[in-house]
Amino acid sequence: MKSDALIEIDHVTFGYDASRTILADINLRFERGKVTAVLGGSGCGKTTLLRLIGGMATANSGRVVFDGETVNPRDSALMLRQRRRMGMLFQFGALFTDLTVFDNVAFPLREHTDLGESMIRDIVLMKLHAVGLRGAAGLRIAEVSGGMSRRIALARAIALDPELIMYDEPFAGLDLISMGVAANLIRKLNDATGATSLVISHDVPECMAISDHVILMATGGRIVAQGTPAELMASTDPETRQFVRGEPDGPVKFHYPAPTLAEDFGVGRAA
Amino acid sequence: MSRRSIETLVGLFVLMGMGALVFLALKAANLASFGEHKGYTVSAKFDNIGGLKPRAPVRSAGVTVGRVKSISLDAKTYQGVVRMEIDNFVKFPKDTSAKILTSGLLGDQYIGLEPGADDKELAQGDVIRQTQSAVVLENLIGQMIFNRAADAGSGNGGGAGGAAAPKK
Amino acid sequence: MNLLAALGARTLRSMGGFGRAAIFFMDLLAHVPAAFARFGLVVHQIHAVGNRSLVIILSSGLAVGFVLALQMYYALVTFGASETLGLVVNLSLVRELGPVVTALLFAGRAGTSLTAEIGLMKAGEQLAAMEMMAVDPRARVLAPRFIGGIISMPLLAVLFSAIGIIGAWIVGVVLIGLDAGNFWGLMQSRVDVWRDIGNGVIKSFVFGVVCTAVALYQGYETEATPEGVAYATTRTVVVSSLGVLGMDFVLTALMFSAP
Repeated sequence: MKSDALIEIDHVTFGYDASRTILADINLRFERGKVTAVLGGSGCGKTTLLRLIGGMATANSGRVVFDGETVNPRDSALMLRQRRRMGMLFQFGALFTDLTVFDNVAFPLREHTDLGESMIRDIVLMKLHAVGLRGAAGLRIAEVSGGMSRRIALARAIALDPELIMYDEPFAGLDLISMGVAANLIRKLNDATGATSLVISHDVPECMAISDHVILMATGGRIVAQGTPAELMASTDPETRQFVRGEPDGPVKFHYPAPTLAEDFGVGRAA
Repeated sequence: MSRRSIETLVGLFVLMGMGALVFLALKAANLASFGEHKGYTVSAKFDNIGGLKPRAPVRSAGVTVGRVKSISLDAKTYQGVVRMEIDNFVKFPKDTSAKILTSGLLGDQYIGLEPGADDKELAQGDVIRQTQSAVVLENLIGQMIFNRAADAGSGNGGGAGGAAAPKK
Repeated sequence: MNLLAALGARTLRSMGGFGRAAIFFMDLLAHVPAAFARFGLVVHQIHAVGNRSLVIILSSGLAVGFVLALQMYYALVTFGASETLGLVVNLSLVRELGPVVTALLFAGRAGTSLTAEIGLMKAGEQLAAMEMMAVDPRARVLAPRFIGGIISMPLLAVLFSAIGIIGAWIVGVVLIGLDAGNFWGLMQSRVDVWRDIGNGVIKSFVFGVVCTAVALYQGYETEATPEGVAYATTRTVVVSSLGVLGMDFVLTALMFSAP
């Protein structure tokens, strides 16, 4: 019986070195066919999660499971098989600057399939059409704007029709219109292709609007809360409330740890 | 830049490089002079080969006709054995003599061949019988001093003899 | 005591650096056969690295030929040996100046461009993106550039020497008026194809390996910031140059010591 979790994070601990633990004994499930958002402030380990799923980092303990198979970066044949079923959208697009828009989207097709050029052309134009940029196929990367480059990167990520699409901060630095476009695309793509989408972000409104399931993480790799968007918005937990409402001070402090005012400014008593 | 034009330019670049190599090899080095001519090997024994090195030229009447292939020591006669390759186009009589000469006053040494009068010709593997060793500068100087001393001695024979008697 | 600990830590870091560099180099070599299968990529890289360096190599070669001829002429004419100018210039170029100067220029022009390119690709997450698309960036990006470099270097060095000799001919024969016959003739009788030209080509090949590998390594290991990339390009030039000069000493001693 196939489990309906495409990805399982099983007791994963990860840190680049002994002093900094980024993820501490995390347990998560990402359900097939759904859009799951992982929210949290900077440095809480969300991007690390993506890297672990993609096999670009190895967990110190525990295991990451993709469709029933443990992700093992050392097994290159396994990684090849798994990665062909994943598409990843990097934060600023990560397009290949020496190729044209067309060649960027065609890249995975040319590398992994034996399709002829005419068929590749059709597929590339279809993918670009899905993101609304079919007319931009001949442009060089230097000529495209920031929002456009994200969409082109998305077209590239879905070129091989992956089962899992991962988005690393897809809304960062976009204007409202582009944000709306991006959010719309993520949801539409997910529903149209039956893929599973994983969105890493700290943009609450957009994520709440499009996700089926939301996970909130805090610094140190703790899971603060998870549930449907409605559940999180209605939560009474102070940490959750501060994040979803964007309150400047609360469990996540405004002031960076510092000596008292008396020590720094020599005043008689703290204000 | 289109793929075609890049490939053409790279091809041009590689051709230029090869061309430069060929230019260097032919115009600027010794490939042209003694390239693929076949030759026959003969050897000669010398008491002293002096400063002769492998690949030194073998000349006759000043014209280069071959190269020294290898130099070794004959363990029985303690003579230097020089094996040289002579161009097939030139045949030498069996009683040709080989001398080790110096180009210029202090230049590189080479082998000079002076043809003899024999009807039979040198063939592959033959040995040149008449040889003259290299002039070793120290021996020359020693000889010169000895000759000068001898001249002085015969001139004042009595004086030299008197000088030889111990003085007390 | 802190100083000692700091020194020890520094040494260990350098050792680590050496180790990483050695592993990187062996990885690079391991991916070379795969890159040959995609020869189109290699051709593109030969263009980027070789063709684009032609202008500086040829102009420098000509200039060096001019200067060498002038300098050698002034020195030789005092010994009455000015007819050996062609021979002297040829040997200087083909044995030493051709391979070494070309390598230094190559490190400056092509090496820094490789480092910057790879560094920026790394900073822009392009290499990570490639990995995520199950394409090994070492085979697709690094190995073709490596092969492009080691093919281009000997070609450039030979072109440098050739044009240098022509430059010397212009100065010596055409301008100063030395005898053309002596100029070429002495060269032809004394310069050996295998020993002089051949060893020069071997040298330039080794230099090509050094310069290209260093440039790629510095780019690959750079910090993903603008300062990091700038620092990496400087290091490429410094390390390549030292490597070339060091290898030159070793190779010259090996090749040209026995008569």
